[in-house]
Amino acid sequence: MDFAGYDPAGARESRGIISAKIVVAGGFGVGKTTMVGAISEITPLTTEALMTAAGVGIDDPSKVPGKETTTVAMDFGRITMAQDLILYLFGTPGQTRFWFMWDEIIRGAVGAAVLVDTRRITDAFAPLDYFENRNLPYVVALNRFDDAPQYEAEEVREALAIPPDVPLVMTDARHRESVKQVLVTVVEHAMLRLEAEHGRGFPTPVG
Amino acid sequence: MDHRRADPRGALVRPYAVTRGRTEPLQDIALEAVLMASSTQVAESRFAGHDKQRIATVCEGRAQSLAEIAAYTRLPLGVARVLVADLVADGLLTLHTAAPAEGFEERMEMLGRVLSGLRRL
Repeated sequence: MDFAGYDPAGARESRGIISAKIVVAGGFGVGKTTMVGAISEITPLTTEALMTAAGVGIDDPSKVPGKETTTVAMDFGRITMAQDLILYLFGTPGQTRFWFMWDEIIRGAVGAAVLVDTRRITDAFAPLDYFENRNLPYVVALNRFDDAPQYEAEEVREALAIPPDVPLVMTDARHRESVKQVLVTVVEHAMLRLEAEHGRGFPTPVG
Repeated sequence: MDHRRADPRGALVRPYAVTRGRTEPLQDIALEAVLMASSTQVAESRFAGHDKQRIATVCEGRAQSLAEIAAYTRLPLGVARVLVADLVADGLLTLHTAAPAEGFEERMEMLGRVLSGLRRL
C-alpha cells in the first residue's frame, strides 16, 4: 500500500485525484444552498461540526463536563469534472457567530462567491468584511429575487463599498447556467489575482 | 503532521466517544481532500471497528471527500477526521491530494482545469 505511512513529504505527489473547492458565502437565507444545489451533481449534503458554545481551545475534554455543545451545519455539493478532478462547493454557515468555522472552509479554496440579497443588503456587510480581511479571491453575486428591488450593479457596489477590483455579477441562484457563470467568474478572478501576485512589479489593483 | 493546538472549535465531549476521546487527528485532512478504499482495504477494515468500517465502505471504489464521508456516515466532522486519519495511517484508506496550495505553475494549471471543466458543464 503506497499510503501506508503518513509522511507528509512522501507519496503525496504521486498521481492522484485533485479536489478543489469554491466557497459560497453570504448571510442567512440568501440562497447559498439553492446556488449549490443548482449546479451540484448530488443533492447538497450537510456536514455537521460540533463545538462548545464557548468555543475555546481546551486540550482535555474531561475538564469541561458541563459545556454546551453547538452544532454548526454546512451544506456542500460536488461536480466531478474528470476522473482525477473534483470540484466541491461549500456553503458557509449563515449565522455570524460561526465565523471561526469559515476559516476552515476557506482554507485552500480557489475563491469565494459572496451572495447578496438586494432586499437585505446590510446582511452582506459582515461577510464582505470577512473576505476583505482574508487573502482569498472573491466575487460578489447579487441574487435576483423576483420581488426584490432592482438596482444597478454600480449602485450596489457603492452601497456596499466593494473595491473596484472585485467583480460584481448578477445571478439567479436557482438557475444552473447563471450559477455556472458566477463560478466561472470566481475562477477567472482567482487566476488574474494569482498572475498579478506572481508577476509582482506589475501594478496590482488593491482595494 | 499538523498539530493544531490552537483550534478554536473547542473541546468536544460525548461525540468523541467513538475515537476514545481523541480530538486530534494524526494528520490534518482538508474538508475536500478525497479518500478511496479498495475492496481489500474494505475487507481489512472489518478489524478496525464499526465506524471505521463504515467509512471504508463509503469510499469503496469511489472518491469521497472528508466532508462527504462525514455526511454519509452522519459523524460530526471532527470525529470523522480523526477516524479517517487513523485509517490512512493504517493503510486502510488512500488519501489523495486536495488542490495544490503552493507553486504558481501547479496552481495555475489546476485553476485552468477547473475553469474549462466549468465551461463544459
